[in-house]
Amino acid sequence: MATPNLGIKEHSHGGDLPVSKLDVHGSFDLDDFPKPNGREEEWRFTPLRRLRGLHDGRDIADGVVTVDVTAPDEVVVETVGRDDARLGTSFLPTDRVSALAYQSFTEAVVVTVPKEVEAGAPVFVRITGTEQGDAYGHVLVRAERHSAATVVLEYAGNSVYADNVEFVVEDGARLDVISLQDWERDAVHVSHHYTRVGRDARFRSFVVTLGGDLVRLSPKVAYTGPGGDAELFGLYFTGEGQHHEHRSLIDHNVSRTRSRVEYKGALSGEGAHAVWIGDVIIGEGTEGTDSYEHNRNLVLTDGTRVDSVPNLEIFTGEVEGAGHASASGRLDDVHLFYLQSRGIPADAARRLVIRGFFAELINRIEIPELRERIMTEVEEKLALHE
Amino acid sequence: MTKFEIRGLRADVLIGAEERKEILKGVDLTINSGETHAIMGPNGSGKSTLAYAVAGHPKYEITGGEVLLDGENVLEMSVDERARAGLFLAMQYPVEVPGVSMSNFLRSAVTAVRGEAPKLRAFSKELQGAMSGLSIDPSFAGRGVNEGFSGGEKKRHEILQLELLKPKVAILDETDSGLDVDALKVVSEGINRAKATGEVGVMLITHYTRILNYVKPDFVHVFAGGRVAESGGPELADVLESEGYERFVKVGA
Ligand SMILES: Nc1ncnc2c1ncn2[C@@H]1O[C@H](COP(=O)(O)OP(=O)(O)O)[C@@H](O)[C@H]1O
Ligand SMILES: [Mg+2]
Repeated sequence: MATPNLGIKEHSHGGDLPVSKLDVHGSFDLDDFPKPNGREEEWRFTPLRRLRGLHDGRDIADGVVTVDVTAPDEVVVETVGRDDARLGTSFLPTDRVSALAYQSFTEAVVVTVPKEVEAGAPVFVRITGTEQGDAYGHVLVRAERHSAATVVLEYAGNSVYADNVEFVVEDGARLDVISLQDWERDAVHVSHHYTRVGRDARFRSFVVTLGGDLVRLSPKVAYTGPGGDAELFGLYFTGEGQHHEHRSLIDHNVSRTRSRVEYKGALSGEGAHAVWIGDVIIGEGTEGTDSYEHNRNLVLTDGTRVDSVPNLEIFTGEVEGAGHASASGRLDDVHLFYLQSRGIPADAARRLVIRGFFAELINRIEIPELRERIMTEVEEKLALHE
Repeated sequence: MTKFEIRGLRADVLIGAEERKEILKGVDLTINSGETHAIMGPNGSGKSTLAYAVAGHPKYEITGGEVLLDGENVLEMSVDERARAGLFLAMQYPVEVPGVSMSNFLRSAVTAVRGEAPKLRAFSKELQGAMSGLSIDPSFAGRGVNEGFSGGEKKRHEILQLELLKPKVAILDETDSGLDVDALKVVSEGINRAKATGEVGVMLITHYTRILNYVKPDFVHVFAGGRVAESGGPELADVLESEGYERFVKVGA
C-alpha cells in the first residue's frame, strides 16, 4: 500500500493552466510528449521494455486487428475514416501513446445512440488481434440526450495495440460500458477511455482485465454539466508475469457531480504486477462534489507486486464528500476458518472466498451472459493458479 | 452413541506476532450424544476460547490436553475434517464472507459433510423448509454469507446450519445473546428439533439462564478462570441465577 498524495503539486506540462500534477491537459501533437524514460510519474510503474516500442512513436502498423460490431437496430453504427469531423472533439490525448494512437489509426467505429432512444440490447464491439504486431484503433460512443445504452468492448487475440475510446454521455443520458481485456497471453494493450458526462447524465464502466502480457488502461472522466454521475468499477486477475495497470482520473471540473471508483484485483504467480492509480481532482470553484475511490488487492501467492496509489487534489473548500481507501492482503484466514468449520475443504473454501471477492463486482453487471462468461474466465485463471 | 471428551485442555489466544496469553487452563468435560450441557460463566472466563480452540480457529493455539470424538483425536484433524467428523460450532460472532451466497455456501457445506452433493431440487426444498422453520425470509438464500445480517439474523443462520449439517456434537456459543424473546423461542425450537433425534450432544454456552427455560440442560457447568469450576444438574443454574458468578470469579482469579 502506498501513501496517498494529497494537495497541490507541480505540473509537468500545460503552461499557464492551473497547476496540477495530474494529467488533465493534453495535446494531439506527439512532440508535446517526450519519449518516456520510465522515471516520469505517469510511467514509473510501467515496464517500458515490455511496451515493445508502443511509446517510441515509430511508424509501424504491422499487426492485423479486426473490428466487429453488433448492435440493435435503433443504434447507429458507422465505420469512418480519420477525417470524420466528430472524432477527437471530446478529448485531448494525455500521454504519448494516446497521441500516437490518435495519429496512427486508419478507421474508427462510431456508435450513436440517438436522442431519447433506449437501446433494447447491448452493443458489442469486438476487437480481435488476428496477426501479432503494432495496431491502432479509435472508437467513439455517443449517447445523445436522454438516451440509454450498454456498450461492451471485447478485446481478444494477440496484438500490440494502442487505442482511444471516447464516451460522450449527453445531458440526461445513461451509458453503461463493459470493457473486457481478454487478450491472449502475448498481447500488449495501452488504452484510454475518455468520458464526458453531461448534465444529470449517468456513466458506468466495468473494466475487466484478465489477459495480455501488459495492459495499461486509463479511464478518464470529466463532466460537462452539474448532476453528472460516474461509477468506475474494475476487476483484474493478474497471473504469473502479467502486468495490469489501471489509471483512473476523475476531474470534478463542474459543481454537484458524483463519482465512485472501485477496482478490485487478485494476483497470483511470480512476477504478477498490478498497478492502480486513482486520481481525483476537485476543481477550483466547484461545489457539492461527492467522490469516493477504493482499490482492493488479493495477494494469492508470493512473488507478486502491487502498487496502489490514490491521489486526491482539492482546489476548493466546498466538498460534500471525498475519500479513498486502498488495501492489499492475503485471503482472510477467519473467512476460511468459517467455511472450513462447516466441513468445506481448505481448497474449496479458498475458491469460494476468491470467487466471492470477484462476485461482488461481477454481480453488478446487468448482462447475465457476460456475468457468467467473466466468472468462467476468472474460474479458469483460478484453476491455473491452483 | 457418541462420546465427546475434552481432557486437560490448555490453550493460548494469539494476540500478536510475539504475544500470546494462556486462557484455557486444563478443561475437563465429557458429553455423550443425547445430553445437553450448559456451560455458564462470567464474561472473559474463556468460554468462547474453549469453543474456538476445539473447532480449530487460527487465533488460538492448543498447548496441552486432548479432545476426542469417539476416541478419535480431534486436534490432529484440520478444521474441515473436524466438521466432517461431526463437530459443529455455532459462533458467538458469525463471520461475514462477502460475495459468497448463503445458498452456495450451504450447498457446499452440506455436500462436504454428507459426502455427496444433494439433489438440487430436494436440497432447495429442504433448505426452504429449514429456513421457514426458523422464520428466515427466503431472500436470505441469495445474500452473501452473514453479510449485513443483524445479530439475530446471524444467530438464526447458525442454527439453520446446525439443522442442515446434523452434527454429532454441537457447541453453541451464546446463541441466545442479543435475541429478543420471540427470536429466542424460534432459535430454541430449532435447537430442540436438532436434539430430538437424540443423536447429538450439545454444549450450550451461555451467560444467562434465560435460554435454559427453552432448552433444558441435563448438566450445568460453571466455567471460570479457564476451567470447569463446578458441575451439577439443572438446579445449579438456579443457584447461579440467584447468586451470580461472584464466588467463582474469586476462585478463578
Ligand atoms: N485478541 C485478544 N487479545 C487479548 N486478549 C484476548 C483476545 N481474545 C481473547 N482475549 C482474552 O481471552 C479471555 C477469554 O475470552 P473469551 O474466551 O472470549 O471469554 P468468554 O467467551 O468467556 O467471554 C478474555 O480475558 C479476553 O480478554
Ligand atoms: Mg464468549
